[in-house]
Amino acid sequence: MAEATGIKEIIKPENLVYTKTKIMTDNVLSYCPGCGHGTAHRILAEIIDEEGLQSETIGVCPVGCSVLLYNFLDIDWQEAAHGRAPAVATGIKRLLPEKFVFTYQGDGDLAAIGTAETIHSCNRGENILIIFINNGIYGMTGGQMAPTTLPGMKSSTSPYGRDVAEMGNPLKMTDIVATLPGTYYVTRQSVHTPANVRKTKKAMRKAIQYQKLNRGTCFVEIVSNCPSNWKMTPTQSNKWLEENMLKYYPLGDLKTPEEKPA
Amino acid sequence: MEKELRLMKGNEAVAEAAIRAGTDGYFGYPITPQSEILEYLMLANPVKTTGMVVLQAESEIAAINMVYGGAACGKKVMTSSSSPGISLKQEGISYIAGAELPCLIVNVVRGGPGLGTIQPAQSDYFQATKGGGHGDYHLIVLAPASVQEMADFVELGYDLAFKYRNPAMILSDGAIGQMMEKVWLSPLKERSKSVPEWATTGKPPTRERNIITSLDLDPNAQEVFNQKLVAKYDEIREKEVRYEEFQCDDAEYLFIAYGTSARVCQKSVQLARGQGIKAGLLRPVTLFPFPSKRLAELAGSVKLMLSVEMSAGQMVEDVMLAVNGKVPVYHFGRMGGIVTAPDEVVENLKSKIIGG
Repeated sequence: MAEATGIKEIIKPENLVYTKTKIMTDNVLSYCPGCGHGTAHRILAEIIDEEGLQSETIGVCPVGCSVLLYNFLDIDWQEAAHGRAPAVATGIKRLLPEKFVFTYQGDGDLAAIGTAETIHSCNRGENILIIFINNGIYGMTGGQMAPTTLPGMKSSTSPYGRDVAEMGNPLKMTDIVATLPGTYYVTRQSVHTPANVRKTKKAMRKAIQYQKLNRGTCFVEIVSNCPSNWKMTPTQSNKWLEENMLKYYPLGDLKTPEEKPA
Repeated sequence: MEKELRLMKGNEAVAEAAIRAGTDGYFGYPITPQSEILEYLMLANPVKTTGMVVLQAESEIAAINMVYGGAACGKKVMTSSSSPGISLKQEGISYIAGAELPCLIVNVVRGGPGLGTIQPAQSDYFQATKGGGHGDYHLIVLAPASVQEMADFVELGYDLAFKYRNPAMILSDGAIGQMMEKVWLSPLKERSKSVPEWATTGKPPTRERNIITSLDLDPNAQEVFNQKLVAKYDEIREKEVRYEEFQCDDAEYLFIAYGTSARVCQKSVQLARGQGIKAGLLRPVTLFPFPSKRLAELAGSVKLMLSVEMSAGQMVEDVMLAVNGKVPVYHFGRMGGIVTAPDEVVENLKSKIIGG
């Protein structure tokens, strides 16, 4: 009893250093412990909240681990078929050009089955934000090889490691879309350390602010982990990400508006 | 404003009617024999007049998903294609039905399977009326038999789609799409400003968030949803059946035909009657819902039914189900892009009468 009173005394506005953003709902996240999705969600939710965008935001969910994303952020949502989110977002944005429209997609969704939709929406310069979570594997279906799986990396459908001679090389979708005149801001970030979380939030805020200008597609890749299917602890997976994923998928801006002629 | 008389192709009539019906967005991809719809709309450039968006997508798949996105915002949206392209759209159509979104899909049917032919056929009946994509669902299917109906069914399709929150399809064919006839066009209707309560337009503080999805991982909840769809389709079957009858009152032999085949069979009725054969025609205007009740009634007064379709025999199965063995039911029709001739139909009927 005395303890409870003690906590009550501590909970005062002047002591508040962190609070759950009101855009996040109270639903229990469906992700494995240590997964980067939760952090990416929070970053997005915080910016929508901080920028006051709730009433003008329409999000498009993918098929993959984040298929239930609409349960976690308190905004209007549409659930797309696998890979089709950029086409769905195109339909929304063309008919509601004043709204903030984004997709949130994994690597299988965006870089395999949805390759055409991704490239063509970026090529048309649709005024949407595409958030691309790249963990190099199909998570929800249980750890199959993704277009982004690293050379030699084992998965349930590349049990002897990805043989690039047979299975092709990992697809760097972010590099591809950066070459298209339709994209306005293209960046690759990660959420595996607190410092990177802060950088990602900064990049995401930029992308959302740029989005409001309606000058083309903004594209934010977040290199992430998959402890369950990589068969590692969360800490091991973040170390592995740093040592392996980031070599193939180096972090930083690939295209900024400054480089684009007005 | 009064109606306007024009001479147009069926495809052009759909496009012009779409603008006049207050369509918010059209998303398409070229394919013969319906490319005139997209071409007409691009040339008309209605974004400058009514504000209607017209976009050429990178594929039929992308186009139907753009329709999904627009429909989920509560907008009046449509797409069009022909058979192979409609096959590609089936994934999206299933999601649209599963998310209970209204939209209009035009199929200007050509012969198949596969790449088939670019000539007219009616071989997509199963696909249109039985679902087409995965899962238990139905489209509301309208079958125009004239350029006039190509125009009229745009607005009717939207009305039914919004009334039931269900995708509607205009199931046309290459003949109706390509032929020119006079058509009375309705006056321009302003695009609707009203927003359905379920639409995703950005969540204001005054309401809960709207979620458009066809996903439910809880089997019990999903079954409840499936039952809701079944009840909706039953209501559509009850209230929305449309058909036309030609000389059915004293008919001993009944043709059942829709679209181009119905035009052919009108002539066949005349030819048969000229030869002393009392033929009649029932033309389903809605293929889903199907005029089963009326056919069951007519089974009490005719000796034989002949389903005339430019296919290997698809609608004939629904005719058989409707009459439930009461009278013999046969199928006749040309395939491969060949339009059945009226005298061929009569000869086939005569062979069935003798054979029966």
